[in-house]
Amino acid sequence: MAEKVLMKGNEAIAEAAIRCGCRHYFGYPITPQTEIAAYMAKRMPKIGGTFLQAESEVAAINMVIGAASAGVRVMTSSSSPGISLKSEGLSYMAGCDLPALVVNVQRGGPGLGGIQPSQSDYFQATRGGGHGDYHMIVLAPASVQEMASLTAKAFDLADKYRMTSMILADGTMGQMMEPVELSEGEVKPIEKPWAASGTQMAREHNIINSLSLVPEELEKLNFARYEKYKAVVENETMYEEYMMDDADICVVAFGIAARVSKNAVLAAREAGIRAGMIRPITLWPFPAAPVKAAAAHCKSFISVELNMGQMIEDVRLASECARPAYLCNRVGGMIPSPEQVLEKIKEINGGVQ
Amino acid sequence: MKRVTLFAGHYGSGKTNIAVNYALKLRETHERVLIADLDIVNPYFRTKDSLDELTRAGVRLISSEYANSNVDLPALPTEMYAITDDTSSMAVVDIGGDDRGAYALGRYQPAILEENDYDMLFVCNMYRPLTTTPEDTIQVLREIEAACGIPFTGIVNNSNLGEQTAPEDVLASLPYADQIAWETGLSVRFTSVRADLVPALTGKVETLFPLTLQKKYY
Repeated sequence: MAEKVLMKGNEAIAEAAIRCGCRHYFGYPITPQTEIAAYMAKRMPKIGGTFLQAESEVAAINMVIGAASAGVRVMTSSSSPGISLKSEGLSYMAGCDLPALVVNVQRGGPGLGGIQPSQSDYFQATRGGGHGDYHMIVLAPASVQEMASLTAKAFDLADKYRMTSMILADGTMGQMMEPVELSEGEVKPIEKPWAASGTQMAREHNIINSLSLVPEELEKLNFARYEKYKAVVENETMYEEYMMDDADICVVAFGIAARVSKNAVLAAREAGIRAGMIRPITLWPFPAAPVKAAAAHCKSFISVELNMGQMIEDVRLASECARPAYLCNRVGGMIPSPEQVLEKIKEINGGVQ
Repeated sequence: MKRVTLFAGHYGSGKTNIAVNYALKLRETHERVLIADLDIVNPYFRTKDSLDELTRAGVRLISSEYANSNVDLPALPTEMYAITDDTSSMAVVDIGGDDRGAYALGRYQPAILEENDYDMLFVCNMYRPLTTTPEDTIQVLREIEAACGIPFTGIVNNSNLGEQTAPEDVLASLPYADQIAWETGLSVRFTSVRADLVPALTGKVETLFPLTLQKKYY
């Protein structure tokens, strides 16, 4: 059963989380994602859940560690500077193999930056976020509808692989309003025999800890974790292809940049240029296979990003630099216009001919 | 017609769009019209986004100098007292969402009540997730009244699904708005709809108020 409502991206994340069984939210307000906390504050008390505004981001992520250890669905959300504060906790969660959802509605940086949208935390999100060898599953919604559907997906993946999932959105996605069809969220109960949820005097204590002082054992844990990551790469990579079949120029873009780029690709086609787009939906794992396949028939890549060129490195890695990759970007809270992307497509197209 | 018209309601219910359109409409029949942005909650989607249009039409905008500056600071200019001090102007007041947004109005409540020439209109949208039922909507209405100390005098039905709104969506919301009106003893002053929906709804909705939408994102 689905109903249609008009929602902000931030609200869609919050409602979707509730519908798939999340009853624990710990956070600290920061623009442009405060609506997530505000929504949770209104809804959680009505459904027997817990909304808690922590004294800081550091406190909030440690509360997430506690709740995740107990085996419940739990989330936190923040924006760029707040995620940096949480990154110690993210590393500890990876070390403990804890499933949880962390939302980053990015704003321009570095430092406190501004309150307008950005994608400049791509490196931070896709390379782990904190210290140590680890990954999070990183999902990049490009509509309010996807803010909802990928939230549900993020919880499922987190539980399935005992990993932290991150929704990497931006200020525009968080603030924009669009109609959303909310499904009645099916909560699949997942066994968590590892959780510290009470022994009932029937088993040994489950100890959840990221401290491991014997190097041989710590190495083993790292190897095992990367075996798991291999399965995630193999099974969970998600992307959308748009007009790629005969494309000469491949635009790669996610989130708000993909919405802009789609219009530019369409305009390029109208101008007789065979452009197409690959939109990564998972940023980690990055959809390397379609990018590599595109390198076989495309003359060049254009990475459209709201940063100084971060995902472009993954485009080059995935294509093994078989074709040149160009950057089309705005930063500091600015968004590329469809015209800017179209100009870049025309420029590259002319140069290659 | 009252001299001061206040628009309050749930977060994201469409207050700013309605207030701007309402002020522009008032300007057609009144020489002096001012619109005041009393939103201290939301740093985005402000009355100031329509500054050019308002200026062109000769509507005076009173807004925090921090609005749209990206300085995320809840501040109000001293000029705001013109709402009640300048009784020669028709005043439209755009209030921040929910009870949190309405607290700022409390500062101006004594003068507004004393002059007693105001309409306090509650903007509602059945398609917003926290106000889908009359019951939940009335709860928000009561919270706002408690926060600012001014009782509502009418309802504005702004039920919409953004760009995807079809005439049927508006028609489906009429019983919802009527129920709110009936339970609160207020009347539905008008139903606001995107201007292009007006022809399809004329004759089917009692009082239509056409809206030119303020802002479009990607």
